Parts: sequence; C-alpha cells; structure tokens
Amino acid sequence: MSVQTLPDDASRQFLAPYAELKPALPGADSDWLANLRDDGADAFRQRGFPGSKVEDWRYTSLAPLTKSAFDWREPEATLDAEQLPALVFGREASCRLVLVNGRLSRDLSAVAGLPDGATLMGFAEAADQSPDLLREALGGESVLADQPLAALNTAFMADGFVLHLADGVVLEQPVEILSVGTGGKQPPLYHPRNLIVAGADSRATVIEHHVGLCIGAYFANVVTEIVAGERSIVRHCKVQDESREAFHIAATNVHVGRDAMLDSFVFAVGGHLSRNEIRVKLAAPGAHCRLHGAYLMRGTQHCDNTTIIDHAAPETNSHELYKGVLDDEASGVFQGKIVVRPDSQKIDGHQMNRALLLSDKAQINSKPELMIYADDVKCSHGATAGELDDEALFYLRSRGVPEAQARRLLVEAFLNEAIDGIALAGMRMPLEQAVARWMSGAAR
Amino acid sequence: MTQKMLEIKDLHATVDGKEILKGLNLSIGAGEVHAIMGPNGSGKSTLSYVLAGRDGYEVTGGDVLYDGESLVDLVPEERAAKGLFLAFQYPVEIPGVTNMIFLKNAVNGVRKQRGEPELDAMEFLKFVRVKAKALSMTDDMLKRAVNVGFSGGEKKRNEILQMAVLEPRLAVLDETDSGLDIDALKVVADGVNALRGPERSMLVITHYQRLLDYIVPDHVHILAGGRIVRSGDKGLALELEERGYAEFVDQAAA
Amino acid sequence: MALNAQTIEQVRDLGKYKYGFETEIEMETAPKGLSEDTVRFISAKKNEPEWMLEWRLRAYRHWLTMKTPEWAHVHYPPIDFQDSYYYAAPKSDDDRPKSLDEVDPKLLETYKKLGIPLEEQKFLAGVAVDAVFDSVSVTTTYKKQLEDQGIIFCSISEALQTHPELVRQYIGSVVPYTDNFYATLNSAVFSDGSFVYIPKGVRCPMELSTYFRINARDTGQFERTLIIADEGSYVSYLEGCTAPQRDENQLHAAVVELVTHDDAEIKYSTVQNWYPGDEDGKGGIYNFVTKRGACRGRNSKISWTQVETGSAITWKYPSCILQGDNSVGEFYSVAITNNAQQADTGTKMIHLGKNTSSRIISKGISAGKAEQTYRGLVRIGPRATGARNYTQCDSLLIGDKCGAHTVPYIESRNRTARVEHEATTSKISDDQLFYCRQRGIGAEDAVALIVNGFCRDVLQHLPMEFAVEAQKLVGISLEGSVG
Repeated sequence: MSVQTLPDDASRQFLAPYAELKPALPGADSDWLANLRDDGADAFRQRGFPGSKVEDWRYTSLAPLTKSAFDWREPEATLDAEQLPALVFGREASCRLVLVNGRLSRDLSAVAGLPDGATLMGFAEAADQSPDLLREALGGESVLADQPLAALNTAFMADGFVLHLADGVVLEQPVEILSVGTGGKQPPLYHPRNLIVAGADSRATVIEHHVGLCIGAYFANVVTEIVAGERSIVRHCKVQDESREAFHIAATNVHVGRDAMLDSFVFAVGGHLSRNEIRVKLAAPGAHCRLHGAYLMRGTQHCDNTTIIDHAAPETNSHELYKGVLDDEASGVFQGKIVVRPDSQKIDGHQMNRALLLSDKAQINSKPELMIYADDVKCSHGATAGELDDEALFYLRSRGVPEAQARRLLVEAFLNEAIDGIALAGMRMPLEQAVARWMSGAAR
Repeated sequence: MTQKMLEIKDLHATVDGKEILKGLNLSIGAGEVHAIMGPNGSGKSTLSYVLAGRDGYEVTGGDVLYDGESLVDLVPEERAAKGLFLAFQYPVEIPGVTNMIFLKNAVNGVRKQRGEPELDAMEFLKFVRVKAKALSMTDDMLKRAVNVGFSGGEKKRNEILQMAVLEPRLAVLDETDSGLDIDALKVVADGVNALRGPERSMLVITHYQRLLDYIVPDHVHILAGGRIVRSGDKGLALELEERGYAEFVDQAAA
Repeated sequence: MALNAQTIEQVRDLGKYKYGFETEIEMETAPKGLSEDTVRFISAKKNEPEWMLEWRLRAYRHWLTMKTPEWAHVHYPPIDFQDSYYYAAPKSDDDRPKSLDEVDPKLLETYKKLGIPLEEQKFLAGVAVDAVFDSVSVTTTYKKQLEDQGIIFCSISEALQTHPELVRQYIGSVVPYTDNFYATLNSAVFSDGSFVYIPKGVRCPMELSTYFRINARDTGQFERTLIIADEGSYVSYLEGCTAPQRDENQLHAAVVELVTHDDAEIKYSTVQNWYPGDEDGKGGIYNFVTKRGACRGRNSKISWTQVETGSAITWKYPSCILQGDNSVGEFYSVAITNNAQQADTGTKMIHLGKNTSSRIISKGISAGKAEQTYRGLVRIGPRATGARNYTQCDSLLIGDKCGAHTVPYIESRNRTARVEHEATTSKISDDQLFYCRQRGIGAEDAVALIVNGFCRDVLQHLPMEFAVEAQKLVGISLEGSVG
C-alpha cells in the first residue's frame, strides 16, 4: 500500500515540544513509560499525519488540523461546578470524573460509592502512584503500528482516566467521565489517555461525555483502551458534543476475552472535524461485541466513524449498526471492517450503516468491508444512503402533522433503531432528547 | 421366513459424542407401513438421519441391513440410489436451483449410479408434470427455486413430489405432518397413500397420532430413550393419544 | 467435519486445465523488450496513421513516469517489462484467409480442442466471429451481412485503415491513455482487438463474438476493443477466452471502451478462462484489464456480464460512467478462484446524470488457497438527482484455506439519490449438500448444482450461446474435486 504523508513540517511541528515537555509528563520516573513515549514519538515521526492516500484516511482530510497552530501548554481555565453540564445519566449520586482540557480536576470530580476492588483515578495519578497498573494494560505495539495519531497521543499523554475492576467486581451504577474543552486564546491541544481494565466476571458501564464549553477551536486527541477479561461485560457509551470548531480524533482499542462482551454506543453531534475509530479484537472463543452509533451533523461538520472488528478466535460474534443524519454541507464517513482470521471458524458478523441526507450539499462516504479467511462463517454487511421517504412525509402531512414536525418524527424514527439497541435503558431518554434538540436546531 | 427389506439390529448411534440411539431394533417388510412415534428428544430425527447417512451421525454399534446388505458404510447418494428416500422435517432451500433442474439432477444422479441411461429432457418434463398435477402443484412451483419462498405446506408437498418422481423402495417420512394445517395434511397424505404399493415400504415418523388417521400404518412403534419400547398395531397410536408418552418415557428410563 | 473435508478434497484439483496444449505456428515478432522503437515498430507494422503513432508515443512516455499499482489485494513478483515481446503475428499476415477454408487447419484444430470450433460457431445461429489469434485478426465471418446494415465489425487495425476518423474520435475517450499503469501500457503497445460501430437506429441482428487466445511464448497481449453504439442502436458482444497451458506467467493487459449515445444499448458479455496456473500457483495468466463504458446519451444503457474462472491473477473492474440522463449501468459477475488463483474484481458505477440507475450483482466463489476480493465503487455526483443504485455481492467459501473479501466504496453527494448495498459471505451449507446427496446427487455434482444456483442471478443475464458454456465452466471449475 502506498503511504503518502502530509508535509513533514506539520508532523515536526506537532512533535517539536516533545523534548521540552517529556521530563514533566507523568510517570517520568518509570523507564518503561518513558520508553513507550519515545516509541510513540518515533512512530509518529516515521508516519506523520496520514494523508488521503492512506486507505484508512481516504475520506477524512487532516489538512485543516495540520494548518492550525495549537497551543500545547495547559490553558488557564477556571470552571465551577455550575458551569458543567448535568450528568448524562441524570443522577446526581453517580460517580463522575471531570477532565478539563484533558486534565483531571479533582475539585469538580465526585467519586463515591464504588465497591471494593474498583479503582477510578486520573491517568496522571495512576502513572505516579500505581504505574504497574498501567504497565499491564497500556497498549504498545497495537497502538503504534498503524494509528499515527494514537502514537502521537502515546508520546504526549498527560492525563485521562483509569478504571480498574478486580475479578468479580460489578458496578451497579454507571461511571461518567466528563471531558470538557474550554478553548483558549490560541486553540489548546491535549492528548487524554484512558484505560478500562475489567477483570474476569466484572461488569461496568462507562459513559465518556465530551463536551465543548466554548465556541472556539481546540484539538482533543483521545485514546481509550479497554481490556475486557473473561466473562466480563463492558458497556462503553460515548457522547461527543464538542464545540463546533473543535477537532476530536479518538481511538478506542478493545481487547475482548473469552465469553466477554463489549457493548459500545457512540453518539456524535459535535466537532468541526471528528473521527471516532473503534478497534475490537475478539480474542478468545465466546467473545462478542455490539457496536451501535448515531451521528447528526450540519453546517460544514465532518464526522468519521471507523470500526475494525477482528474475529481473532473461533465462535466469536459481532453486530454493528450505525445511523447518520447529514444536513447542510456536512459530510459523514463510515468505514467498517470485519476481519475473520484463518481458523476462526463459527463466526457471526453483521454490520449495517444507513445514512440520511437532508440537504443537497450533504454527503456520505461509506466503506463497509469484509476480509474473510475462514469458511464456516456467516458475515454480512449493508449500507444505504438516501433522503427522507417522501411518501411517509406526505402521509404524515396529510394527517395534519406540520412538515417540520413530520421531518423530525421521521428522523427520530430513523435514528431510533440504533438508539433502541443501547442496552443501558437510562441512556435512551437523554439521547432521544439530544436528537430532538438537534432537530429543533435544524428547524432554525 | 423371507428376508425383510429393512432390518435394524441393536443400533447404537451418537451425535457430537452423545449417544442418542441405544440399541434400536426394527424390521420392515416389503410393502409395509410402519409408524414410529415418540416424544421430543427420543431420537426420532436421529434415526432418520442415521438411515440416510448424514455426516456427524455416527453408528457406534449394531447394523442397518437393507435387502440383507449393510447400509452403514454407504454415503448418502449411494443409499438414495438403492432406493432409500428421506422426506425432511425441514426441507432445505437451495437458492437459484429450480425444482425442475433439481429433480432432473436427482433422477439422473440415481440413474447414473445404477448404470442406467439418463432421461430424455422432454419425456422427463412430461413425467414430472403428471406427478406434480396429482399433488396440485403448479408449473410455476416447478420453475421456482427449490423450497425458496415456499409455504410450509408447499415444502412438504414438494417433498412428496420428489418421492413420487424418485420412486423409492423405502421412504422415511420425518414428521411430515409438522407445520401443516388439516387441508395441507390431507393433500400430503393423499400423495403418500397414492405411492403405497406391495414393493414400497414406509417408515412414518411422527409425534402426533393425527397423521396416522390419514396414513394408516400396519405397525406402530413407540420410541423412547433411543429404543423401541413398545410395538403394536394402529390401535397403539390411539392408546398413546389418550394416555400420553409419560409412562413410556418412564419405561425407557427404567 | 467430514463433509467439509470432502468438499475441500473435491475442489483440490480444480486446476486440471482442460485446454492445455500449444499450437505451433511460426510467428513474426518484434524484438524483445519495450522502447520507443518497439512502439514505432508496432505502429509501422500496422501501417497506422501518424496521429495514432503519436498517441501511442505519448502513452509510452507517460507510462515511463508511472508505478505499478499496489492497492489491489493481489500478490505477484514484479514484472520485467523488458523481458517480453510486444508484437507477434501469424506469419501469413500479408496473405490472410478470405474464408474459413483458407484458415490454417492447425488453428481450426486449436479451436476444436477448445470446444469452440468455427464450424460450431457458424452453426450457432447468427454468431459472427472475429477471432483474434494472438495479436492479429485471422478471420471474420458474417461481415458482408453486417456491412449491409452499415455495421462495422472488424479488427481495430483494419478500422484504422478503413475508418480512421471514427477510431480517432473515440479511442481513448473513455479510457484516456493516462488512465492507469496497464491501460497506459496498452495504449502504447496495443496489438489488436475488435472495433464495432452500430449506426443510428440499427439493432445488430446477431451476437458479435470474439475469442481470444494467448499462444506464443512470452507474448504480452494488449487487445484494444472499441464499441460504439450510435443513437437508438443495440448490440450484444461476446468475448470469451481460454489459453494453452504453459509455465511462464503471461501478462494480458486489455482495454475495452464502450460508448452509447441516446437510447442506445450495449450488452457486453465475457467468459474468461485463461490458464490459471497449476495447483501451486506456478504459471498462469496475469489478467490486468481496464474495461469501461460511457453512457453518453439519454436513456442509454451498458450492461457488463462476466464469468471469470481463469487466470492466475485477475484485476479488472468493468465500469460505467452514467453521463446521460436516465442512463442505466449494470454489472453481473461470477468469479471463481481456486488453488492459488487471485482475483481482485468488481465495478465502478459513476452516476453523473439525472435519474441514472445502476445495478450490481456479484457472486464470488473461493476455493483451495485462492484469494478473491470484490472491490466496487458507487459514486453519486451532486447533479445525479434521482439516481438509484442497488448492489448485492455474495461470497461463497469452499475450504478453510481460501479468502473472500468485500470492499465496496459508496459515495453519495445527492440527497435524492438512493443507494443500497448488501453483501454476505458464507459457505455451502451442510444442510444443502446433504439434501442433494439424499436425493441421489453425488457430492461433486451437488457442489456444482448449488454453486450454479448461487450464480443464477448472473448466469441468466448471459446470452443463450454463452450461458451453456458458462454453466459448463462452473462445473469444470469445480470438478475433479471429489476424492
């Protein structure tokens, strides 16, 4: 595969502060962590920002990102609790960590009621206090091999969250991680690194809520790693509501163990340029995953959802459904790859992406992909693109429903299939409300 | 005594390493219709698959003799060529292969194995049409892909059509009544009855007595726990209808 | 599972190629290797007009700046383009046979062995044959009958002599000489191929047919075919190929250009059965083809149907550019790969005009150690209001050492367009095989039957003459497989 990188100076510019920052980054005392950072920097130096000739990035151009000048120093931000959005899950008592511009704010966070064996802390805290916990699970090669932005994150990762569950620990309440972007005089840049390690037979629900409390630009380059131990159930729900000027590039890499399950849901409405990449390795028999997502974009927003599901063991299943609504001049990307490795027999893998175009200038690029190397498989994928059903619209209007409302009903109905799939019942209502809010914005 | 068409002797068979048939004995003479009744999980479908030679159904003991020869080592198509026919409980869909082409392949497949010349296309068409008409199957059904988009009743009629066309000597009907309403059941039973003859034996496997009102058997056997636990005439089926399977299951367990 | 093992056994020696023989006919060849001189030699040999030579040279110079494409999911050692002959013609070039009686009997014998003797083709009602034996057209039948209707059906070399203005107007207009590495190479050194022009309002009364063969050792094959359907006309064109067995890999880089004007239709059908190499992947043809049609006119239609069973490596994407409003593009494909064969094939449907519609049905069967990829692009341009696409691609795997991949690209820039894509990958079900065998159908025949059924939606689009051959081919490809 031919690899074309953007001009070196852009990549160089992003790496420039590395030498200066490195000694101050968390875990500087741990050689292995320092080495990992160097490896990250090297990997990024070698590859640079991926250009459009890189197959994984053919539909998402990072040019606007590389042209911007970011401030890699921590911005001054004073926030008090009233400024924070309500808990997504709408329960005051829940556990919440707050990251402001990628840095944990202990003042704004509230961690209570976690059972024994459950640890929730900041990445920087973990790097300094319990580096072994990181060492076990922090991805090296898998991240660095072909995810240049994750490699960049690895070099600079300064904070984020770490959730660790000992074997058998069950979290009854969801844990919410609120990541706030405040913007700054010069657009800030930060590299949050998150880690969820779920021991055997454990269960957890984690909500990652990314929200922009400004109208300005910033760049959140997020990496989340999840290790789901044997028979564990990890539900990961991500709400991306970054500022409309923001860049949000996120990679979520998941390792699913024997008879374990990952249930992922991604809801995206924010960002100027966003990409959410999920890589799931179904590593042992009985592992399964469900990836659902919904994205709503307007203006000149660009949203890229890329997923790779690797059936690396026999008797693994995956089910994936993404739905997108694109208005104005927004563009959407869906790339979904299902890989079935040699000898991974008895595989079920199903994937669907549907996109709704609401305006003449909106566009969708879809690339569902099957790479199959075993024969006892049932895999399928599908993709559709189109506008609202004229007949349904007419039908509603003929029953007296005003057009704008009829459109909203139909869009909501379209998205519901994806949202209904979310196992966490408490999330449905807030998401449906978010859709309704987005639609009323559309009417403006 | 004359040689029986089918003799099942102390048959043991396993599926996925689990023993399902545990010493089954059964003899069927030419022209006889036998019914096997049994509760769910008694081994009814296993018996039909073992007789037809499906992979994964392993004979671990005993023997199945057909005209005095063991069937056990033969592949399914060889058994078919010898005149063994299985009407499937769940007929399989084969997209893109029309019924007509399928039947032609089946008949010629059997003829080839028997060293007989293949049939002329036009004659074959006429032959099939006559058989289809008797089962009130339309030409359209012959042109459609095998069982694809067929209703439950149509699928079962299609099984009987294949049986009529292949003219087997031993037909095993595996729960042919399942999923049929009374009208469809009558059509299917009429089709089966039309095929009864002094040289054709049948093994009718069913859960319910109902089918046996229409296909009246000469002998009835009750299968439980992988063995025939009782045999009798058609009265046994009625007795079963009244009293249920419970005591036979107990009997098998004892 | 035992059944599985048997199926694998069944398809193992799929590659016992039936058409492995070589005809010894003296060849006149250009010197080995590729240079401007080679290009000039070819052009001079064909007595081409100056503009044609210039065009070839422009292509050659452009080609020098290009790199071999690497994006396809196929693997092969680098090709030494200097170690190949770029022109070969039967020696009797100046003295072409005027009728079948005059054709080299050895050649006729060759076709007979292929199961496509000219006599039989004559027998097949209404089939005109422009047989390309290596690079030069050796015989054309039914020509007179076609001429009476104003239809031009001849070799492209001949068309350059008799209708240079038509060739000049259209050649490179669908596949420009800069298009891609192999198309550019073809533009520089194309040897021969067919030229078809159907005048306004004429419905071509017979299927036009060409059989390609690769014969001479180390001869690159660079066919160039150009078919133009003028307003309101219709033509069905059949292309089929088999090749003699040999050890060295041979490059086959053809270009096919189709143009339809208002209300015109071209149906282009291919059965490709080049030598696939042996069981271990030794030898076989590299089939790197650029096929593209432009629906220039309103209500025009281009339909590609292909059955691909041969070649060591296949790399081809018969495509449609739907420019005219209401124009229609279709792609029906069956691809079978076995042993060490590799295929990366699919289509592109580029919707530019209003209410354009396209339909893609692709059936891939992969067995042995073969690798097969469906790669397709559906692009809806901003002005393609009301465009429609439906795509279905299904893959069937036989054995656990092969791969089947599906890589569709779907790009929509028009709200009112409706695009639907579905794909599945599975194996032949044990249930289906057992059902067939219970009915007396042997395992090998059962596989062929089920696979033919799987391919039916495509095979039924082939013209009658080809459908029978294609079904046989599916059977042949899967035979010898039962242990």
